[in-house]
Amino acid sequence: MATTQSNTQHEVLEAVIIRFVGDSGDGMQLTGTQFSDTSAMFGNDIATFPNYPAEIRAPQGSLYGVSGFQVHIGSVEISTPGDEVDLLVAMNPAGLKTNLHAVKPGHTIIVDTDAFTKKNLEKAQYDSNPLEDNSLENYRVIEVSMTSLTKETLKDVQGLDNKSITRSKNMFALGMVYWMYDRSPDYTIDFFNKKFKSKPEIIEANTKVLNAGFYFAETLELIPNAYSISPAKMPAGTYRIIMGNTATAWGFLAAAEKAGLELFLGSYPITPASDILHELVKHKHFGVKALQAEDEIAGITSAIGASFAGDLAITTTSGPGLALKGEALGLAMMIELPLVVVNVQRGGPSTGLPTKTEQSDLLQSMYGRNGESPVIVIAASTPANCFNFAYQAAKMTLEHMTPVVLLTDGYIANGSAPWKIQSAKDMSEIKNNIVSEYHENWHPYDRDKETLARNWAIPGTPQFEHRVGGLEKDRISGNVSYVPENHEYMTKIRAEKIKRVQNYIPDLTTEFEEEGDLLVVGWGGTYGSLHTAVKKLNEEEGFSNIGLAHFNYINPLPKNTEDVFSKFKKIVVCELNNGQFAKILKINFNNLNLLEYNKVQGLPFGNGELAEKFKQLLVK
Amino acid sequence: METAAKKYTFKDFASDQEVRWCPGCDDYVILRAMQKALPDMDVKKEDVVFISGIGCSSRFPYYMDSYGMHSIHGRAPAIATGVKIANPDLSVWVITGDGDSMAIGGNHFIHVLRRNVDLNIILFNNEIYGLTKGQFSPTSLVGQKTKSSPYGNTQPPFSPGELAIGAQARFFARIGGNTPKEMTDLFIEAEKFKGTSLIEVLQNCPIFNDGCFTEYTDKKVREDKQLYVRHGEPMIFGKEKNKGLVLNGLKLEVVTIGENGITEKDILIHNAKEQDPTLHQMLVRLRYPLVTGIIRSYEDVTLEERIDVLTAEVKSKSKFNKTDDLFFSGDIYQVF
Ligand SMILES: Cc1ncc(C[n+]2csc(CCOP(=O)(O)OP(=O)(O)O)c2C)c(N)n1
Ligand code: SF4
Repeated sequence: MATTQSNTQHEVLEAVIIRFVGDSGDGMQLTGTQFSDTSAMFGNDIATFPNYPAEIRAPQGSLYGVSGFQVHIGSVEISTPGDEVDLLVAMNPAGLKTNLHAVKPGHTIIVDTDAFTKKNLEKAQYDSNPLEDNSLENYRVIEVSMTSLTKETLKDVQGLDNKSITRSKNMFALGMVYWMYDRSPDYTIDFFNKKFKSKPEIIEANTKVLNAGFYFAETLELIPNAYSISPAKMPAGTYRIIMGNTATAWGFLAAAEKAGLELFLGSYPITPASDILHELVKHKHFGVKALQAEDEIAGITSAIGASFAGDLAITTTSGPGLALKGEALGLAMMIELPLVVVNVQRGGPSTGLPTKTEQSDLLQSMYGRNGESPVIVIAASTPANCFNFAYQAAKMTLEHMTPVVLLTDGYIANGSAPWKIQSAKDMSEIKNNIVSEYHENWHPYDRDKETLARNWAIPGTPQFEHRVGGLEKDRISGNVSYVPENHEYMTKIRAEKIKRVQNYIPDLTTEFEEEGDLLVVGWGGTYGSLHTAVKKLNEEEGFSNIGLAHFNYINPLPKNTEDVFSKFKKIVVCELNNGQFAKILKINFNNLNLLEYNKVQGLPFGNGELAEKFKQLLVK
Repeated sequence: METAAKKYTFKDFASDQEVRWCPGCDDYVILRAMQKALPDMDVKKEDVVFISGIGCSSRFPYYMDSYGMHSIHGRAPAIATGVKIANPDLSVWVITGDGDSMAIGGNHFIHVLRRNVDLNIILFNNEIYGLTKGQFSPTSLVGQKTKSSPYGNTQPPFSPGELAIGAQARFFARIGGNTPKEMTDLFIEAEKFKGTSLIEVLQNCPIFNDGCFTEYTDKKVREDKQLYVRHGEPMIFGKEKNKGLVLNGLKLEVVTIGENGITEKDILIHNAKEQDPTLHQMLVRLRYPLVTGIIRSYEDVTLEERIDVLTAEVKSKSKFNKTDDLFFSGDIYQVF
């Protein structure tokens, strides 16, 4: 076992970005996850982002069949998976072609030369072999015949077919990268032992190839120096690596436990939200009731039924699914029952870019229903805080008796990062409005004086028998009412109920500066990019007073929003859409002069492009 | 479910809301039959939940003094599924129309039957859209002239029973809208049945589709045109009780007892509890006589039971009791 590190001199780096790319069958997701988990265990801060093709079985070697996994590790705070990479591991020509642009000039590319066959080069639409035509002269290219070396390593292992042998070449690559970045392969060997318990030949093969890659790199003169990244200074505690979607699911588990309610999920599969369903169905032992419904409408309506019957009910989806849920969401708003709708945003409109990220469902979430139908809208901003905002969404829906839309997006939902584990017992209390003691003159639409939340009477409770429905309600009895003034009153009180949520959410705070020349404004999943860019720019000469205001609470907005904005000369709202949050701000604060930076490419913001944009704004 | 503690009367289930259907509408009959049936069921009032979609019939929950939800068009089966999964002890009823359940809600309708959730669905079939004032529905006949088919409907109809049995309905009954006594009995039977029970009521809409079922339901012809089936009894009908059904090859045939050597012994005995739906499907399709009563009543595992068993099994094997057990499991590490 390769447990001891080599005696090579290591150059110490603060952070490094590595991207593993290959054919969708090459196991790049596993390779990337293993590297990032190992680094996290070692104590680095990390951020990762997987990127896979929309097609499940794209033809091998094709440009659109490339699967990638990017990991950013550091001894410093890491907020995003990063944009430009220090090391690209390309298992085939298509991977190289589609990812070369992301490699910093002068930096390293490792390729599997065995994959650079005539056929593969053609599939990648190369006119000539890039390994031979000098087109890579600006990079340090390390050519390794990984497939042959893997075959050679495994020639004596019994019981392996050819396919399994070639498939383990990703471990050869991983072994090399472990050596280069001074990481032990032990964690991954442990992983094999657990994962393939019943297949000793697979454990043996993978371990052998991983170690072979490790030793190969050590002895290979082509890698003249290796790097090390010290552990990061992170708050003390117990950590684990968590993906945004898992964190979202776990936030609901914690909330249900805290609230003493059973959790019901009604959902229909859709990328990139399905993993929340996949996660929650595992937890029947916590009493989770998860129904994979016949469509999104049944997903949300079954949740409404479960909520009526007293469960903490949620439904999860992505843009097109939210469109289908619109009518039912209006019903939930009207009957004033708790319900959380999670929308993991992807590129739209219509089916759009299903595997890419965007923030363009904001207006749909705010207004995409018939009639005046305000709901609470909140957004998570990192893979780890998906946990907190799922918990918060559950708390808000139960305490305010109104649906909550929780927005995340493909970028944070699929990305992973260290999560300082939060125990449900340390989370804030969750009250609910369930009634049990009947009193004379009880009405289904009796409201709490402070929150305006109505009380929640659950079937099975004697004496509270009552009817709800989508028709307008009499303000007191809850019976059907067409009285014009009553409709207006009810419309206003439903809006006021949402407005009053302002009294229960934290004030908006700024990072870096509280006043200055430029306030960068963002919301949701762009936090990491904006934070990194503003931090970097503030550290540059001449640009020291840039603030960042990042929103998690969107409807209602924090009370002090205007106040925070008033302390800056210029405000720029950055979003991965065509200016939806800026529109909301303009509706709320009509004197604001907002600048906008919008990107609608299905891609996250790059730190470089943001910093460049902010500079321009400051100079102008 | 525990035994109902107190004895109710039909008044206990009538809400204080004024009933607003057109005069002469069969919906009144169904409402009254339900209010009469509930006291004879083994349920507590607080456990009764009515979920409806949208349509004339779907106003039903407002008139019942129980828990209820008047929801959105077509979605009641899905909402009711959520209610039942959340609390399997409740007695959950779905109220729906032919437009509500066969058109916009067709998908939820077939899936609730497939899953066999322990619900009772009452389908008010009036072969027309009532609430939107008289368009044809998925059960309207070809050629039928309606507001949206002035020259005659060109879309062939669904037969709800056929569709339902095709979707694996375990309980299907049919009843005329003008026979309150039998209807009350059917509601009670449906409640007792574990699984999704579907009752199709042939509901006259005197305003937009008056007389659509008169050829079968009119008092004068009823006995000759309808065969009211009972489990274990021969399928005999007619004023003279001398007509019956026999199987001739792959077809049901009407025969007369006493003619051509036919005796009562030759008549098919109704077996509603048969798992194989072939004969039930044939009975549902028949137009002479029109078969009413409980056509199919095959007890099977319900969705809730499946969930229960699975949950208990997973719980017994799991090492997780609190979420902390999960959160702090697996690959965790310390930062000091
Ligand atoms: C989404 C939606 N589409 C259309 C309607 C209009 N609508 C209300 S009831 C109805 C048809 C009702 O027919 P049926 O279910 O047969 O019930 P009936 O009124 O005959 O009892 C329609 C089309 C609606 N309320 N919601
Ligand atoms: S329109 Fe027809 S179905 Fe509706 S209430 Fe009137 S009679 Fe009854």
